[in-house]
Amino acid sequence: MTMTVGQHIITIAMVVLGTMITRFLPFIIFPADKPTPKYIQYLGKALPPASLGLLVVYSLKDVNIFTGSRGIPELIAVITVLVIHLWKRQMLLSIAVGTITYMLLVQFVL
Amino acid sequence: METKKETIIKAARAAFPQTIPILAGYVFLSIAYGIYMNAFGFNFLYPMFMSMLIYAGTVQFVAVGLLMAVFDPINAFVLTLMINARYLFYGISMLEKYRVKGIRGAFLIFSMSDETFSINCTANIPEDVDKGWFMFFVTLFNYCYWVSGSILGGLFGELIEFNTKGLEFAMTAMFIVIFMEQWLKEKSHSSSLLGLGISLLCLIIFGSKNFIIPSMILILLILSLKRELFMEAGESK
Repeated sequence: MTMTVGQHIITIAMVVLGTMITRFLPFIIFPADKPTPKYIQYLGKALPPASLGLLVVYSLKDVNIFTGSRGIPELIAVITVLVIHLWKRQMLLSIAVGTITYMLLVQFVL
Repeated sequence: METKKETIIKAARAAFPQTIPILAGYVFLSIAYGIYMNAFGFNFLYPMFMSMLIYAGTVQFVAVGLLMAVFDPINAFVLTLMINARYLFYGISMLEKYRVKGIRGAFLIFSMSDETFSINCTANIPEDVDKGWFMFFVTLFNYCYWVSGSILGGLFGELIEFNTKGLEFAMTAMFIVIFMEQWLKEKSHSSSLLGLGISLLCLIIFGSKNFIIPSMILILLILSLKRELFMEAGESK
């Protein structure tokens, strides 16, 4: 390893600092004791559904439809989750069935 | 009147089932992370402290590469800001809900992850359960899963047999279910569709490594310029 332990610590500290800035910044800019601007209140309401949509895409970002299994196991597992969840509306059941389906597909089938 | 102790236990009991998919996903991913660092010759203290202090999966994996490259703290800092910029969105979304005073409030913000955010943002917390404590326990449980997995992977890396291929899909499945729950309860789908559509578009254009920042900018721009379309976004039916 080329770096010293001291340099490791500094590097890790920079990653910690960067991460904490992204987590704390909104709360520091808009503290509880001051009224939050109307625009930010609007974003606070309108942003969550869009963030959840972004997360869905983010969690599937590494699926490559041109190589390997071409995203077919993911597609089947996603459809499984959608169908089971629309049918039973039980979060844990939908996640468990979807995950097991996916594991079976990538381990034994595709 | 229930005592404070009863309030806390009740909140912990309500929170735990919500975190089970994360238990599966985090323990798997964090053990993999510990093994990964172990394989590159890092002592288990590295994954342990990095998980305790950074507590952000993607950036932790990236940081392993940084630790083995040439010393460049500024690059580490900027890269971290870019990878974790999405937390800004979560912060703005949780400004109201995370107004919990004291250490507990600081811990909610310190340990906000994709998974913790998505649960605390959308969970239907029963009327008789204290919301602050509920969110605290969701956050705490998830944090413990992640840190303990990292320690286990770092310590016993070589010994763990790997036949859990595909288990990481638990996380994807959870995001889909949470998205569906939001979809089924909201009055207007404009914001959900915007998030899904723009991210997908940016993923196609910019690729998986660079699509988050352009997606965030476009989502913010459209939410800001077309407010009339999103007035009912986030409201329940």
